[in-house]
Amino acid sequence: MTEKAEKLIIRLQEVTRIYKVGVEHIHALDGINLELGENEYVAVMGASGSGKSTLMNVLGCLDRATSGCYELDGQDTTKMSDATLARIRNERIGFVFQSFELLGQLSALKNVEMPLIYSQNGWWSRHMRAKNVLERVGLGDRIKHKPNQLSGGEKQRVAIARALVCNPSILLADEPTGNLDSKTSEGILDLFDQLYREGQTIIIVTHEEHVALHARRTIHMRDGRIYSDLPRDQDPAYNTTMQEDAREEPE
Amino acid sequence: MRAIIRMLAAFLRLFYQSVYLALGQIWTNKTRSILTTIGIVIGVASVTAVIAALTGLKAKVLNQVESFGTNTIFIFPTQPDKGPMRHASWWTIRFLPEHFDDILEHCPSVERFSRIAGVGRYTAHYREKSAENVEVMGIEPAYHEIQNRPVSLGRKISVIDNMQVRPVCLIDPKLRDELRLDRDCIGQTIRIGHHTFRIVGVIERQPELQLGESGQERYEVFIPFRTTFKMGKPWIMAFAASKGTEVTEEAQAEISFFLRRTRNIKPGEPDTFRVESVKRFMDTFNSIALMVTLVAGGVVGISLLVGGVGIMNIMLVSVSERTREIGLRKAVGAKKSAILTQFLIEAVVLCFIGGLVGVGIGQCLTMIISGINPVLDMVYIPAWAILLSFSFAGSVGIFFGMFPAIKAARLDPIEALRHE
Ligand SMILES: Nc1ncnc2c1ncn2[C@@H]1O[C@H](COP(=O)(O)OP(=O)(O)O)[C@@H](O)[C@H]1O
Ligand SMILES: [Mg+2]
Repeated sequence: MTEKAEKLIIRLQEVTRIYKVGVEHIHALDGINLELGENEYVAVMGASGSGKSTLMNVLGCLDRATSGCYELDGQDTTKMSDATLARIRNERIGFVFQSFELLGQLSALKNVEMPLIYSQNGWWSRHMRAKNVLERVGLGDRIKHKPNQLSGGEKQRVAIARALVCNPSILLADEPTGNLDSKTSEGILDLFDQLYREGQTIIIVTHEEHVALHARRTIHMRDGRIYSDLPRDQDPAYNTTMQEDAREEPE
Repeated sequence: MRAIIRMLAAFLRLFYQSVYLALGQIWTNKTRSILTTIGIVIGVASVTAVIAALTGLKAKVLNQVESFGTNTIFIFPTQPDKGPMRHASWWTIRFLPEHFDDILEHCPSVERFSRIAGVGRYTAHYREKSAENVEVMGIEPAYHEIQNRPVSLGRKISVIDNMQVRPVCLIDPKLRDELRLDRDCIGQTIRIGHHTFRIVGVIERQPELQLGESGQERYEVFIPFRTTFKMGKPWIMAFAASKGTEVTEEAQAEISFFLRRTRNIKPGEPDTFRVESVKRFMDTFNSIALMVTLVAGGVVGISLLVGGVGIMNIMLVSVSERTREIGLRKAVGAKKSAILTQFLIEAVVLCFIGGLVGVGIGQCLTMIISGINPVLDMVYIPAWAILLSFSFAGSVGIFFGMFPAIKAARLDPIEALRHE
């Protein structure tokens, strides 16, 4: 309750997203209520088709809610123009995708600079900011590499650097480890942990328990609704793992 | 005011970034870009080459006309379009020397006047040397001023030469060299046909406008007008100069009126001669040049159209290939306008590159043309043609790039990112 008193970054009230396919109406989001403060680390879980990606798209201002209210940093986004939403995506939101989405003909540095092209940044400041953030994700020695010269984990790090380069209020990652093997995944998740410790607000979508365990709060979705929203220490999954660890420890 | 400056700065940045992106994109797809712009290249190359050839020809003709003098009037016999004289023989309608008697008194707008008698081509001999293709013309003193043909050595054909029917001549420097006469050949005698002439002067050659008829050298010899009657039956024409360009038409009318009387043409009957001015000739030339320009312009327009369709096609391919990229750019904050500008400028830059290459090739073509045909040595691509080509290429880019760019700008980012 004390956390709620702090600055709210995200507030969703009765948000729905309804797709019309022919005569059918698909309720991809069906009345979502959600509040998120500064420096939270949230995992969104749920079966395939439960509306996780749709939620991320709405949170990322890529998509508009069919009804309900979405406030980002205290501003109601539902009535904003497309151009304003584009600016918000640029300044406040960092997206990380499952399939990296790097531009093949550009170097890592140029890929990371890309969002800055759409904001008011000079050539030199773009270069410096992109370089700094690449160093932050541990790729200071790979800035001239093209995506096809990078491993999967490195590609995702470049993508995370690109998401961070504009200092976003929230980092949205939709199954960021979905295309990576488990060892590389851990590396990426460690990076998320590090960013969280540095004060970044993170929302990560996953259907893997061990990924969700890195987060401090877990939201479970089913059929476009949130059916559980618990801090980590109250999450049953976390507790069973902890109990297993506790059992293992004495041996 | 500051808001305007900021908007301008933002636009310039967008523009610069789009050009930068476009060049990168074109560079990564080199082969495709080259093939795409061929239509534009050909269009621009041909338009610049055609315009260059025309301006070159025009400059040459103007040069020639200026050496004639702009108030020159040509008088020569022709069959009329209608009336009984329509099928008259050339011999019937020929000029006689007396048709022009006292013409200067009756035509106040005419400053100078000279009859000219052509007697055909002869072979000239000096000792054992000979030169073929020697054009012999009988002239009166005013000819030198009207046609702007001064003598570089010796003297002109004079009134006395004409009155006394003297066997004297002016020769051109090339003939002098061909016959191996002394450099100062005044006083030497040459034989033309069966007649002997004493050289009294060397006349300057005219800047030549010989289209096609190159190869065999032509020489000119001028003799007194009345002397030609000793050589045969000359073909008579006349040159006149009006007192100024503004009275040239009046002078033409006066000459027509005068000649109708001396040639006994009854009222209502058509003229059996023509009185033409250089101005008329220039008008005709200009209208022909305009026609050629228009036809060439049409052809070039079609090739630019085809080129433009090629650009549109390749841009559509590019948009669908880069759907995910567009989705990504939108996801990281690119506005519709930024995507639109990016693709539009890519099309325009493609066209401009095509235009640049086209102007280059046009320049090469122009050089080849002027190399092959010495008459067109004044050929060059005027600045306005280059500007025109570029603005055409640019418009083609904007026009045909607009549709693919709008398509790209309208893509939904989520669907675009899901695109395979
Ligand atoms: N563009 C769309 N048109 C129609 N239905 C869609 C569209 N996108 C998603 N849906 C539907 O919305 C539901 C939620 O999808 P999604 O958010 O992608 O699920 P998740 O990411 O949790 O697997 C699914 O039933 C899906 O079929
Ligand atoms: Mg999904």
